[in-house]
Amino acid sequence: MSSIGLEKPRSLPVEISYASLGKKVLMAVTGLVAFAYILGHMLGNLQIFIGRERLNDYAEFLHSLGWFLWVIRVCLFAFFAVHVWKGIQLKLENWASRPTRYVKNNTVQASLSSRTMIWTGLAVLSFIVYHILHFTVRVTNPQYQSMVDGLGRPDVYSMVIAGYQNSLIAVVYIIAVGLVCYHLTHGIASMFQSVGLNNPRLQPLLDKIGWTLAVIIFLGFISIPLAVMFGYLQPLAGGM
Amino acid sequence: MNFTLHVWRQKNARDKGRMETYRAHDITPDMSFLEMLDVVNEELVEKGTEPIHFDHDCREGICGACSLVINGIPHGGKKGCTTCELRMRNFKDGDEIYVEPFRAKALPVVKDLMVDRSALDRIMQAGGFVSVSTGAVPDGNAIPVPKAVADKAMDAAACIGCGACIAACKNASAMLFVAAKVSHLVHLPQGQVERERRVRNMVAQMDKEGFGNCTNYYECEAVCPKSISVEVIAKMNREYLKALTKPVK
Amino acid sequence: MKLESRVPSGPLAEKWDKHRFEMKLVNPANKRKYTAIVVGTGLAGGSAAASLAELGYNVKAFCFQDSARRAHSIGAQGGINAAKNYQNDGDSIWRLFYDTIKGGDFRSREGNVYRLAQVSNNIIDQCVAQGVPFARDYGGTLDNRSFGGAQVSRTFYARGQTGQQLLLGAYAALNRQIGRGQVEMHPRTEMLDLVLIDGHAKGIVVRNLATGKIESHAADAVVLATGGYGRVFNLSTMGLGCNVTAAYRAYKRGALFANPCFTQIHPTCIPHTGEFQSKLTLMSESLRNDGRIWVPKKKGETRPPSQIPEDERDYYLERKYPSFGNLAPRDISSRSAKEVCDEGRGVGPTGYGVYLDFSDAIKRLGKNIIEQRYGNLFEMYHLITDEDPYEVPMRIYPASHYTMGGLWVDYNLMSNIPGLHVIGEANFSDHGANRLGASALMQGLADGYFILPYTISDYFARVGAKNISTDREEFRAAEKEVKDRVKKLMAVNGKQTAESFHKRLGIIMWEYCGMARNEAGLKKALELIPALREEFWSDVKVLGEAGDMNQTLERAGRVADFLEFAEIFAYDALNREESCGAHFREEYQTGEGEALRNDKKFAYVAAWEYKGVGQKPGLHKEELEFENVELATRSYK
Repeated sequence: MSSIGLEKPRSLPVEISYASLGKKVLMAVTGLVAFAYILGHMLGNLQIFIGRERLNDYAEFLHSLGWFLWVIRVCLFAFFAVHVWKGIQLKLENWASRPTRYVKNNTVQASLSSRTMIWTGLAVLSFIVYHILHFTVRVTNPQYQSMVDGLGRPDVYSMVIAGYQNSLIAVVYIIAVGLVCYHLTHGIASMFQSVGLNNPRLQPLLDKIGWTLAVIIFLGFISIPLAVMFGYLQPLAGGM
Repeated sequence: MNFTLHVWRQKNARDKGRMETYRAHDITPDMSFLEMLDVVNEELVEKGTEPIHFDHDCREGICGACSLVINGIPHGGKKGCTTCELRMRNFKDGDEIYVEPFRAKALPVVKDLMVDRSALDRIMQAGGFVSVSTGAVPDGNAIPVPKAVADKAMDAAACIGCGACIAACKNASAMLFVAAKVSHLVHLPQGQVERERRVRNMVAQMDKEGFGNCTNYYECEAVCPKSISVEVIAKMNREYLKALTKPVK
Repeated sequence: MKLESRVPSGPLAEKWDKHRFEMKLVNPANKRKYTAIVVGTGLAGGSAAASLAELGYNVKAFCFQDSARRAHSIGAQGGINAAKNYQNDGDSIWRLFYDTIKGGDFRSREGNVYRLAQVSNNIIDQCVAQGVPFARDYGGTLDNRSFGGAQVSRTFYARGQTGQQLLLGAYAALNRQIGRGQVEMHPRTEMLDLVLIDGHAKGIVVRNLATGKIESHAADAVVLATGGYGRVFNLSTMGLGCNVTAAYRAYKRGALFANPCFTQIHPTCIPHTGEFQSKLTLMSESLRNDGRIWVPKKKGETRPPSQIPEDERDYYLERKYPSFGNLAPRDISSRSAKEVCDEGRGVGPTGYGVYLDFSDAIKRLGKNIIEQRYGNLFEMYHLITDEDPYEVPMRIYPASHYTMGGLWVDYNLMSNIPGLHVIGEANFSDHGANRLGASALMQGLADGYFILPYTISDYFARVGAKNISTDREEFRAAEKEVKDRVKKLMAVNGKQTAESFHKRLGIIMWEYCGMARNEAGLKKALELIPALREEFWSDVKVLGEAGDMNQTLERAGRVADFLEFAEIFAYDALNREESCGAHFREEYQTGEGEALRNDKKFAYVAAWEYKGVGQKPGLHKEELEFENVELATRSYK
């Protein structure tokens, strides 16, 4: 008589957004999208080394998408917002689940990156806000608005170089990218665990993949400001 | 050996509690950590102080009653070892040792180092069983279970329900405990009929008890006295996702 | 009082079937009118509470631990017997019955033991269905090993934690019923008295250990599943909370205590190291399948074991019992270890230890196989002693482990008090004077899953539902007695801890009522115990408050009961002028030092009746009748 009862099965969206395991799945999926975006963003940026034309072509291509670009932007924003929202919510719940702290704290194997996800995450969030204001909306540096190339297109190439010639901006950028990548060292392997794609044989491999990808992305992104600071990438004479 | 102990004292659930300092004298390296506390307690009683209360029973690492967070690590940090099995030879003479109760909102302190772990029982009551009544069963050999599968089930079933995983988790999450049971039963043919309902119910009860969320720190696995792998958590995550996509039977 | 065993007549193999038919049934619609109290949630109590609830009875379950899952059944490592004959090695219900009754040295009831062997098979099926992860072989079928003195492989096991896994099965079944609301679970609650109404057991008085509150609970029947009293020796393999209190308080209310001197001393425990040691850790007996037990031939040997040449070693079990060798039954192995140590040939720092050596097995089978078979036990040993048993032989010594004695029950598992049922280790049960390995788990689950649910229904059907209230005078009076006793304990305000009295009692019991007993020693114990008890009541120190969680008070109450109980134990050992099973009286042995039974005078169950504290208890005899087995002298040579 009697078996495991399920009083009121919650619908899938409710379960996903409120059950602890559901929230984790959301973190993993939105994290994966954010990661894919970062990877694409890096590959796009690296075209700067091919030359001004290539980069500006790429920027023009993106803009030419028109309404579709906005769809992408809105989707990205939504995924990102969910990632942030759920991340903060999880953290608040986690804090609440241990109201009395230990007098003596200790850690056996949890990595520093895993324990600082909320802080690296929030730092990255504030950087992203700045980054969008800097290069996309261009309110921090309104002079970029006037940068156009020979074809009258926004001269992304020159904006980037102008931006990183300011070493303060370059350093902030490098640190921020570092934080993003540090966030990823835990995030990439963690995604697999959260959706259940992990086992003891796979786990060390996932950890390595996570670190390797994070380092590649870090090097990819910082190569640009470094190249500018060390003079490998030069502003084009008369380009302005 | 001699030690300085900083121990959490709390008269009852309503008391605020505080750390107190005691000295442990003439401890031999062969003593277990709890035997060391027994010695301290005998001395306290002789002096007219109420002894330090802590849960314990089998004293051989199987009943799961003993708890304690020792220097910030549940069960003291020796791999595959409960507090009652931990020997004083693992400490250095003169060490300062911090002894605190397991900390989690869902595991409130009863007295001193004792906590109320009934939340764990309630999670089990929500679905940690196979619905089979006495008598209505086939022969034990009627359904073969491959050895590798039986071994996997046994690995997960080894959980002693001490709650160290929760105490160690920075989020006070009970995932390893719950996942061990889900994983144990999901491996075996006997538990199949209710697998979806089991995982959903147990997760729902776990959430209701106020445990934190898993953020894949893997501290739980490091302190588990039965060395249960976080693999079981991955397994439960997978089970849970699968269960969500299926209609409830 | 005439003790009626109520074993049904007829051929042995048909008794249980016949009895099941003859027992009365409770109409399914009426089952919800009955409530059963189950005290203890180990294998017996947990399985009984779950099974009774499944039938539709209301159940109130109690345990002193913080969770039902922590009952000391979890400590059993080795395995559980069943007469499945899966290995095709000639096992049968009859053989399991015969081995068990012979292993118990013919001091148990034929009818009970046969029934135990019969239901053993159902237990395995039940546990498999619950998801107990028994060991399997590569074909996917259940694996068996030979264990504890059996010549067939009938032991089912789950790594080194069979007890834990079986208990988790029963705990799961119990949880299912708690979830349904059919069982009301009371953890951290200790039974302190039994309440009789018109001579029937109808309730208990308990102390809520977390709050200190004294409460009463009423029911239509009371089931005690409170385990054994091995902690009367203080150092034992039992959990530190294990105690005799519930059984002893029932005894004080008139239940008879049967064969208290039948206590098993397990041969393979890690030796004692120091004064503050709190418990002795058991190493599974399965180790004796591959380990060889030896001591040096020379007294006072100081060389490390590896430097003692083969011809200077005495493999004494293999020498004395060539056909069973290292697998000789527990009582024999334990006593032999004590003998060689008493001769001064013991090993280790205290001289109370013998080697259990795996070097031959490692050579023969390889370290890998040994690790697969015993890996977790070796790790545990290493952890405790800081010695690696792959490199140096283990040291082992006997320790108090299991108590065959317990409250007297009839074939229905009911004591002489109507309505009071006693199951598992708490009853005197089916093991006679000695228990074979892997049969305690079998008995606990047999009682709880397959016997009690039938027999308690018979009791219910015969007396009807009474719907008793705890407002009755009998409950008030019992509560008052319990409260007075708590007050009395708190009021002594002496200098010594309960713990220290427990230690001293343990030493007396080990010294004079331990593995080998004699008249002079037992008489000495009977002088020392009352003196110690008197000292306890004038000098024990209990701190804290009665109305709060208070471990010193709990401990003191349990020690106080042990101090009274120890006397019945000694009286029983003194009364039984023979050696049988685990009860070895030095006066009664053969020229070769083997136990000498006296079937003419002592083929009975000694059931003791309470006559007052410090008074000699009254003896009632239940003569044991053997119609199906011949009372042979056990020979394991």
